[in-house]
Amino acid sequence: MTAYIVRRCLYAVLILIGVNLITFWLFFKVNTPDDMARMQLGAKRVTAEAITRWKAEHGYDKPLIFNAEAAGMSRMTDTLYFQKSLEMFRFNFGQSDDGRDISHEIQTRMWPSLALALPVFLIGLAAYISFALLMAFFRATYIDFWGVVLCIAMMSISGLFYIIGGQYLVAKIWSLVPISGYAPGIDAAKFLFLPVLIGIIGGIGSSARWYRTIFLEEVSRDYVRTARAKGLAETTVFFRHVLKNAMIPILTGAVVAIPLLFMGSLISESFFGIPGLGSYTIEAIQAQDFGVVRSMVFIGSVLYILGLLLTDISYTLVDPRVRFE
Amino acid sequence: MRVFQLVMLMGFYALLGGCGNVWNDPYPIAERGGNILYSSFSERPKHLDPAQSYTSDESDFISQIYEPPLQYHYLKRPFKLIPATATALPRPRFYDARNRELPASGDALNVAYSVYEVRISPGIRYAPHPAFATDTQGRPLYLNLDAASMRDKFRLRDFPMTGTRELTADDYVYQIKRLASPRVNSPIFGHMSEYIVGLKAYSDLLVVEEKKLQAARKPGQVPPMLDLNRFDIEGVTSVDRYTYRIRLNGKYPQFIYWLAMPFFAPIPIEADRFYGQPGLAQRNITLDWYPVGTGPYRLTENDPNSRMVLERNVHFRGEPYPSEGEPEDGPAGMLAEAGKMGPFIDKVVFTREKEGIPYWNKFLQGYYDRSGISSDSFDSAVRVGSTGEASLSPEMESHGIRLKTSVATSSYYLAFNWLDPVVGGAGDGLQREQTRKLRQAISIAVDFDEYISIFANGRGIAGQGPIPPGIFGFRDGVEGVNPVVYENKDGNARRRSLEVAKKLLAEAGYPDGRHTRTGLPLVLYLDTTAGGPGDKARLDWYRKQFEKINIQLDIRSSDWNRFQEKIRKGNTQMFFLGWNADYPDPENFLFLLYGPNSGAKANGENKANYQNPEFDRLFERMNNMENGPERQAVIDRMVVILREDAPWAWGFHPKDYGLYHDWLTNVKPNQMARNGLKFYRLDTALREQKRAEWNRPMVWPLTLVIALLLLSAWPALRSWRRRERQVARPALQSAAGKRG
Repeated sequence: MTAYIVRRCLYAVLILIGVNLITFWLFFKVNTPDDMARMQLGAKRVTAEAITRWKAEHGYDKPLIFNAEAAGMSRMTDTLYFQKSLEMFRFNFGQSDDGRDISHEIQTRMWPSLALALPVFLIGLAAYISFALLMAFFRATYIDFWGVVLCIAMMSISGLFYIIGGQYLVAKIWSLVPISGYAPGIDAAKFLFLPVLIGIIGGIGSSARWYRTIFLEEVSRDYVRTARAKGLAETTVFFRHVLKNAMIPILTGAVVAIPLLFMGSLISESFFGIPGLGSYTIEAIQAQDFGVVRSMVFIGSVLYILGLLLTDISYTLVDPRVRFE
Repeated sequence: MRVFQLVMLMGFYALLGGCGNVWNDPYPIAERGGNILYSSFSERPKHLDPAQSYTSDESDFISQIYEPPLQYHYLKRPFKLIPATATALPRPRFYDARNRELPASGDALNVAYSVYEVRISPGIRYAPHPAFATDTQGRPLYLNLDAASMRDKFRLRDFPMTGTRELTADDYVYQIKRLASPRVNSPIFGHMSEYIVGLKAYSDLLVVEEKKLQAARKPGQVPPMLDLNRFDIEGVTSVDRYTYRIRLNGKYPQFIYWLAMPFFAPIPIEADRFYGQPGLAQRNITLDWYPVGTGPYRLTENDPNSRMVLERNVHFRGEPYPSEGEPEDGPAGMLAEAGKMGPFIDKVVFTREKEGIPYWNKFLQGYYDRSGISSDSFDSAVRVGSTGEASLSPEMESHGIRLKTSVATSSYYLAFNWLDPVVGGAGDGLQREQTRKLRQAISIAVDFDEYISIFANGRGIAGQGPIPPGIFGFRDGVEGVNPVVYENKDGNARRRSLEVAKKLLAEAGYPDGRHTRTGLPLVLYLDTTAGGPGDKARLDWYRKQFEKINIQLDIRSSDWNRFQEKIRKGNTQMFFLGWNADYPDPENFLFLLYGPNSGAKANGENKANYQNPEFDRLFERMNNMENGPERQAVIDRMVVILREDAPWAWGFHPKDYGLYHDWLTNVKPNQMARNGLKFYRLDTALREQKRAEWNRPMVWPLTLVIALLLLSAWPALRSWRRRERQVARPALQSAAGKRG
């Protein structure tokens, strides 16, 4: 297994270089360093000299990929790509274009994002599996029928509706929790109650229906028939056999999502005023802040690769037949 | 399971019970009843360094912290400059090339230099800051920090000791030097280097010095602080401890307005030395993040993702509330606290709200003391009468909310590119005349009164020229009406009919929207950054306006960068743009049409590239005149030229609507300055009472929802038990059969 993980990590480096190169190319295809300078300096009274100075100050006065004026290795190293990208592999993200330390920003914003995403993920997963099990358990009954109808209805409603409706009903009309805001520590609970609740409710339709399909597929397998033939109770069949065997496809979706929980949720964080990472990338794209964009894409890639690796490892835990050899 | 749910529910109620009689209060309980103003911000400030900050959003913060030598009177309109830290308004003195003093009324062309001497009041002190902290021997406590002492320093508050010192003239001189620093990148450096004697040369010296420092540093090492005091600016000097002098090239009467902007606020060199230490910038401990000023407030919490907190500067000397204002200020109670020393509020909490709906609802719950009005909430907040006057809706009135409106010192316009052969001003006499008539026809057809009504909820007034209300030179009433676009009908200005526009179009060579010679339809191009689904209504409206006179409009959408690039290069035909005043002088609007400021030719702010020799001559004359009838006459003539040439369709001047709860008083919107927080007053008892009244928690719906959920589980439970029994029965029968 160690050899497998090492091999995957080496692949990851190549993938990250590729992702980094594509991000770099896409970003500078749309924005020139001059555009970035203008965005930072504002629309009023910007002189050509000010733009030149800004680019020099922020290191954007170098050629993008190849420095024809340099000699030897400097042709490659004395470029924007090399100077701005190499440090990222040491997880040193440098400064954003407005002079703020990106690592500090990420560290600060990561915790509110996690505080929202982790309960939604864990409680949601438990709720979706429970609801799906319930529908599968009572398959072909009115419970299953109305459960599926409910799922489809909930899937059809926009997530924004749950947020605005939830804020209106729970926070405004019932006055039970604050509409938006955030505070660190235990005080976060009163701000997180509503977004977590809405996050879970918003995802219940699609997730429970998907998990139900997985459970129903498992229920029709031979080992389940065997278990029943042995005289096991239906609950035992479901919780000891069906649930365990259905975990592989569930894990595929769930474990890969765990690292990405750090990246936050754009809409929820925005509506609930949670100062997380969700909006960091979008704001950076709007502000044409290349430093932040490439850092967030890089972290997203690392986390995604990590998620896939964790998924592979988790297979061995739930299914002893899976071997890395 | 039910026990678990019950425990969770009780825990939740206990948690909410800890919130007191109001459960949805987003602020800490410790703050209840405090003399704290609650406000919001939507965009995180990019810069809090006064040498860099150039947006109104950032100004909301730094205007409370930094004090330029001058400021605008809080109540008087038109805007009037008064001293802030200065003892009096500086009177410029003028000199010729031989350094002989000239009379103030002399010809501006003879003026080689202007000198502004600013004297500041003694005894003004900076807010507490670690940069001023000293040991018992007077040595700076937090200078030359080594790695060990930096280990636990991540925020400014991690430096527990603070100090202060008196404001001196050197601090103002130092800030002007910072405008030229290659490490600061001030947006006004280019503009100021044209006027302040020696600023450009000083900057060149700094650039050389910076290159040396950068070359000498080792890889990965932070370069040492750039010592701005190593060189001097020829035109900026300290005369004594409290006086400094600025020497300008030529005559620039508008310079005095710049002295009321944060660009010219003082920065103590101690702050630059402190923040310039290696390692602090990497932890966001910079002047751009933690300002240090002499103003009524200081920034004690800076989390631009979530909230910013200003607290009273304990060293602030106090400032008396004005005793004079506009005639209506007295009856409105705005002079009730005349002479009392501000600030009246201890703390201001700005919370970041990115979305309009939660922001609006929190204002209605009493958790924000003031609010703007978005388009979504306009109809529920404001009623517009048949004559256009705005009043509050009954719901707002029942909340005791007050509405304050003011016309912004801004102009939004549709520009015609003067370099364009179809709508521009180039060509021979006949062609110029035809393009002029085409622009006039479009100016009539594009109905900005309708635009204001549809897209701005009536919040604006149609432009009659480039100068907005509240700025000297603006003409109100009938004499201010643009006769090219409007006609006088029974004393009221009415937009000219489409027949007039069509006649002008025919005279321009496009009868019925077709070219006289070729018969081809006239197609014009509008460049815009709009293009998404949300912009469709607006773009359709633009097309409809041109269709009224049979002109086909082709809208070319592009992103902001390409849009700007097209304008810069003059590759546009028409585009919408706006301008917010830097200062309340007509020059700040008329220079947008001054020929030598052409955007395409000189990278200036004349984005339409308009050129008219007579207008340019008048501008140069008007630019150096004092406000008075003579200047007004010149401006009137300039506006007549502009209306006739129509380089812009005059668009509109937006109106700002602000809502304020009745516990917040002494509020008067000020479009030019945002340092009015020091005069706001709160009735915190009333606020607490209203909040409790408006936010009584309703528990029963939640209990009902939980009960319904539990109830819905009951049939499933019964069904499960039945099935368990059904599974068991055949097995037992089978066993019994075998035995039998």
